[in-house]
Amino acid sequence: MPAADQPIWLTFIVAFIVMNVLLIGMAYMTYFERKVMAAMQDRMGPTRTGPKGLLQPIADGIKLLGKEDLIPAAADKVIFYFAPLVIFVTAIVSVAVIPFGGTIELFGREINLFITDLNVGALYVLAFSSIGVYGIILGAYASANRYSLLGGLRAAAQVVSYEIILGLSLVGVFMLAGSLSLRDILAAQQTQLEFGPLTISNWFILSQPIAFGIFMIAAVAETNRAPFDLPEAETELVSGFHTEYSAFRFSFYFLGEYISMIVISLFASTLFLGGTSGPGSTAYWGLGLLWLLLKTVMFLFFYVWLRTTLPRFRYDQLMGIAWKVLLPATLLNILITAFIRLVGNGQI
Amino acid sequence: MNRPERKRELEEVLAADDPAALGTLHLTEDRTLDSGERLITLNMGPQHPSTHGVLRVILKLDGELITECDPVIGYLHRGTEKLGEAHRYAQVIPWTDRTDYVAAPLNNLGYILAVEKLCGVEAPERAQYWRVIMAELSRIASHLVWLGTHALDIGALSMSLYCFREREIILDIFEAFCGARLTTNMMEIGGFSRPIPDGLVEQIHNFLRIFPERQQEYADLLSANPIWMARTKGVGVISPEAAVSYSLTGACLRGSGINFDVRKAQPYLIYDRLDFEVPLGQIGDTYDRYLVRMEEMRQTLKIIQQCLDTIEKDDSPLMAYESAYVIPPHKGTMTTAEDMQRHFVWVIKGFSPPVGEAYAAVEHAKGENGYYFVSDGSPIPYRFRIRSPDFVNLAVLPHIAQGAMLADVVALIGTIDIVLGSVDR
Repeated sequence: MPAADQPIWLTFIVAFIVMNVLLIGMAYMTYFERKVMAAMQDRMGPTRTGPKGLLQPIADGIKLLGKEDLIPAAADKVIFYFAPLVIFVTAIVSVAVIPFGGTIELFGREINLFITDLNVGALYVLAFSSIGVYGIILGAYASANRYSLLGGLRAAAQVVSYEIILGLSLVGVFMLAGSLSLRDILAAQQTQLEFGPLTISNWFILSQPIAFGIFMIAAVAETNRAPFDLPEAETELVSGFHTEYSAFRFSFYFLGEYISMIVISLFASTLFLGGTSGPGSTAYWGLGLLWLLLKTVMFLFFYVWLRTTLPRFRYDQLMGIAWKVLLPATLLNILITAFIRLVGNGQI
Repeated sequence: MNRPERKRELEEVLAADDPAALGTLHLTEDRTLDSGERLITLNMGPQHPSTHGVLRVILKLDGELITECDPVIGYLHRGTEKLGEAHRYAQVIPWTDRTDYVAAPLNNLGYILAVEKLCGVEAPERAQYWRVIMAELSRIASHLVWLGTHALDIGALSMSLYCFREREIILDIFEAFCGARLTTNMMEIGGFSRPIPDGLVEQIHNFLRIFPERQQEYADLLSANPIWMARTKGVGVISPEAAVSYSLTGACLRGSGINFDVRKAQPYLIYDRLDFEVPLGQIGDTYDRYLVRMEEMRQTLKIIQQCLDTIEKDDSPLMAYESAYVIPPHKGTMTTAEDMQRHFVWVIKGFSPPVGEAYAAVEHAKGENGYYFVSDGSPIPYRFRIRSPDFVNLAVLPHIAQGAMLADVVALIGTIDIVLGSVDR
């Protein structure tokens, strides 16, 4: 797919819009989570702040800004200051490679609906989510708190294990698409398959269902969400790695967690569910955005659903699943995909 | 390190008057093993989200494995037993509410049974049935709190809300019956001095109709859930021998397959006329205890149904007014001077039971809850003692936590089912 050769300031404007939409999206993700959880748990959720509690995320943000920023006496201050930023920044930069559409004509200019088209886009997302764990480990270590330390250790082991599975589960997709660029992967899913009277898009969820399942499990673990929320496991470790954090420094962890959830959901929609593609999306770019939003919200709903339903794994069980179940399954999936691809190309 | 040692250590450090020495206290001291690995000490509680109140557990951790577990209790000690020795017999009933505050009617029941035994009072049959109904309802309420918090500790967030939703119906029944929801002060010596309110039977019928379906929902969410099974099966196994030697009672004992239920072994009230089964576990792990308590709730519904069937149309008296140890009728206290005076004297001066001692136990939601009195013939007990089931059951925690993982500790505290008010008294 050719990208328009647009001036750098236009890219900055797109990036600015994307970032702000993401931050507002994150704020309303908390509202969405609270409302969905409330509905599942037979209660109301936020209702008091604004109509139907819609201003709750904003009130929460203001409250956190007004809180006292406590630093434990024994903390390693520089790292303690710096660690929340790591997780926040690494979460938010990943969105740069997500394609929100092709190139459109607006105000007489050609505008790319993505920030950059990196040829190793998928690797870039995975890489930044790996760096994100440093925010957890450093913050946990710098807090000088034993609950934090245990949370940090859990996070390190968990993220390293699931990082491998997350990456390997995508190898099948990369083989089918023949590229690591998210735009190319998206383009590869635009081809139509015909089954008699039915015409369906060649989304990779159809050709890589096992990879999709494993990716979703690994993504939940990667973002430290229930039932894999061991690093913060509030019933065991009080609050895990961010026990000692307060005020806006805490909210950076919070922001980081929710943004990485959104980014992983966008990523999954792009890789497996055809991203912006859907009825009418080729004609109207707005519809494409809507499709992407729908798919992402579906993933986010899945996250919340898991959290309300499932108990938490234990640390050793979590590692057991990663290395004894998911890793062999991904390797098998790669083997099968490679074999089929070779047969398809007539090389065997 | 036991408590006197810990106290001595604290005193030594405080005597040294060196702020830095505070950091060398037992709590923050790490130990080095022979292999060169270090153990860390984790002080869980008394302020911790899942120690069910103010339990403090000092853990020695080798990574996530527990090598030593040392529960510290006493943070909610209110001297209930001593208070009992300073009040008249009827004035202690509200104190028993506050021991195990999630099942107050059961505490009341154990207490008044002991007083009645001491005084030789027997409540009318209809009152006995109503006592059983209220006691069994509060058993369900207690088990619901247990299930909700236990599941919450293991990470099943929604269970607590579902369980508290159903518990609310029971609390509404209590409220209709006696006016209070949590600390009910419901049972009276000799029966019930007030009539059963209109509509209460319908309320209980309504609960009996709703609850089995709701309980099935909990079972659907947990019983066959692979994560729940992974977290509870084989965790905290108590062998039958260990269960007996730690003198466990209640579901902790029956989960290990030993058939002992006070309601069957030493029937009190009218339990010998009721048809119910005592569920038993096989392995004695956390999952077995979960199944035992779930089945207990079903059996309890059966008991309540039988009681209602028997007494629904009954209109016989509720109070053994013929006895001198029972509060005089309220009727007439507002109009007749004699009635008012008799009532006043009973309340202010109390009654003097015969010299002697008495012990009565009930099958509490958590095990055998016993009350013991020594009476010297005065209106105030000479000695008052509570055998609270969770205090005894909690002693098994270090035994079952040995070699478990950090995350199991909260599951184990949950499975013992403690209420700190009752542990510390």
